[in-house]
Amino acid sequence: MRYNVSLPWWAYAVMGLGLAVFIGLVGLSIRRNHGIKRSLFSAPYTMWMILFTILPCILIAYYAFTDTAGNFTLDNFRTFWDSNSEMKKLVGEEYAASIPRGTVNVDTLVYSLWMAFLCTVISLLLGYPAALFMADRQMKLGASIVVLFVIPMWMNFLLRTIAWMSLLEDNGLINMMLNAMGFKSVRLMYNSGAVLLGMVYNYLPFMVFPIYTSLSKQNPSLHEAAADLGCSPMQTLTKVTMPLSLPGVISGITMVFMPSVTTFFIPRVLGGGNTMMFGDLIESKFLTEGNWNGGSALSLIMMLLILISLSILRKADPNGEGSGIV
Amino acid sequence: MSKISRFFKRFYLGFILVFLYVPIIVLIVQSFNAGKSRAKWEGFSFHWYQELFKSVSIMNALQVTITVAVIAMIVSTILGTLAAIGIYSMKKRQQSIMMTLTNLPNTMPDIVTGISLMLLFIFTKVDRGYFTMLLAHITFDTPYVILSVMPKLKQMNKHTYEAALDLGATPGYALLHVLIPECRQGIVTGAMLAFTLSLDDFTISYFTTSPLVQNLSTLIYSATRRGIEPTLNALSALMFIALLVLLLIVNRRTKESD
Repeated sequence: MRYNVSLPWWAYAVMGLGLAVFIGLVGLSIRRNHGIKRSLFSAPYTMWMILFTILPCILIAYYAFTDTAGNFTLDNFRTFWDSNSEMKKLVGEEYAASIPRGTVNVDTLVYSLWMAFLCTVISLLLGYPAALFMADRQMKLGASIVVLFVIPMWMNFLLRTIAWMSLLEDNGLINMMLNAMGFKSVRLMYNSGAVLLGMVYNYLPFMVFPIYTSLSKQNPSLHEAAADLGCSPMQTLTKVTMPLSLPGVISGITMVFMPSVTTFFIPRVLGGGNTMMFGDLIESKFLTEGNWNGGSALSLIMMLLILISLSILRKADPNGEGSGIV
Repeated sequence: MSKISRFFKRFYLGFILVFLYVPIIVLIVQSFNAGKSRAKWEGFSFHWYQELFKSVSIMNALQVTITVAVIAMIVSTILGTLAAIGIYSMKKRQQSIMMTLTNLPNTMPDIVTGISLMLLFIFTKVDRGYFTMLLAHITFDTPYVILSVMPKLKQMNKHTYEAALDLGATPGYALLHVLIPECRQGIVTGAMLAFTLSLDDFTISYFTTSPLVQNLSTLIYSATRRGIEPTLNALSALMFIALLVLLLIVNRRTKESD
């Protein structure tokens, strides 16, 4: 197999220069301190991040605010708000009234946010009790139960999602079972319900783990103290255990909500093109239409939305206690 | 605890686990199905496993996936560990700037990371392919390494390093024999996290590679349009079992070392 590794000459020049500067700096600091100054160890990483994270983000903003010729414009955002404005320009003012003021993009965004919200709520309702029972010391489950929750995530997530197809299809396993029991077949695939199921299935572990971590870190004597002071088990749960697990819940919500707004594989497979989500829209803008400027504007809008929701969530968890992943 | 509530809790956890495992079991069963149909059972066979090793595209994709995951793991572990040590010895203000920078990719959805890198490669006129995918994987792996090494450095007793210097160790010697062993567990966790993330990644690879160089995820994605072959089920069943065995070995070894 042959891999394409052709780079323009200046890419090598930049890399070489970067390396030379780094070695030079390290050399200088060795001379001064008779040892390497340790904060310099992060220099290669800093350069890497500037090149491959910050610069690409700036590029998204650049493309979002320019047209194909590279001139500054706000049209990309106008098209987002009113997706038919392009069409209006083409047909001229006199026919403009006959074109519906469609807002396909906004509808898609609202739909994605709604779906992601539902997915987060369902994951929380299913996941919180699961995390609670897993962390229950009297159940004596230990760490092995966590491994049981991790193992399914090792299967390629695309294949796991596709596996749901064989369960949900018109002549799939679930319908076969229904038929065997004498019921009529139900149409389970290619609708919002199927997409929601796929999303909950894929993201549920991301809700369970942070909640489990914050629950199992709790000092059990707190619960005993609550019981000694006259709390019923239910009161202990709602007044002690739950408030203390809030950082975990917030972390879980972030980890479920964010990928579910932006997923584009799950709606493609389980929604079968009947459901369009925001990730879909961005992907097709870039790869089907080749409209980088419009796609960048959509990405920028999504990034802003996520940053806003994250900063709201941070308010509820100012110390970032729930941010631990594992 | 009453028997009923214990039973209920076990039942609930069992229910969630069944939900998580059903598609995987379906997938593994399908890989032994003689026929191509997803729903009909046509007898047990290893047919798809034989087909798997004959398929050039799958074997190529497997090679790409594993080499990218291994190289990305090695580079990002070195880059990330050095960076963590560097950030750890920075002043408070610099440290918080660097940590914000490190957390940035985690707060960005995959699709935006993928697209932003794609734009970078388009803008700089670098042909997308194996190399660009590798760069992208190193980019999203490294912050996870830093985030797993950092806590270990913070837990460490600061004076151990100074004591080593007082006892005549050069900074380089102290680094290799004090700092790195102290955070070895974090480095291993970070490396494993990087490897699995890279192995499983779809979205970022999808935007940063060309259709000519595919990893397993992008191959599966393009196969869904044509109808998925049971060979891919066979492959994922094998990889799943390989990872399980690996886990059992690691578990056994950590138990022995305890």
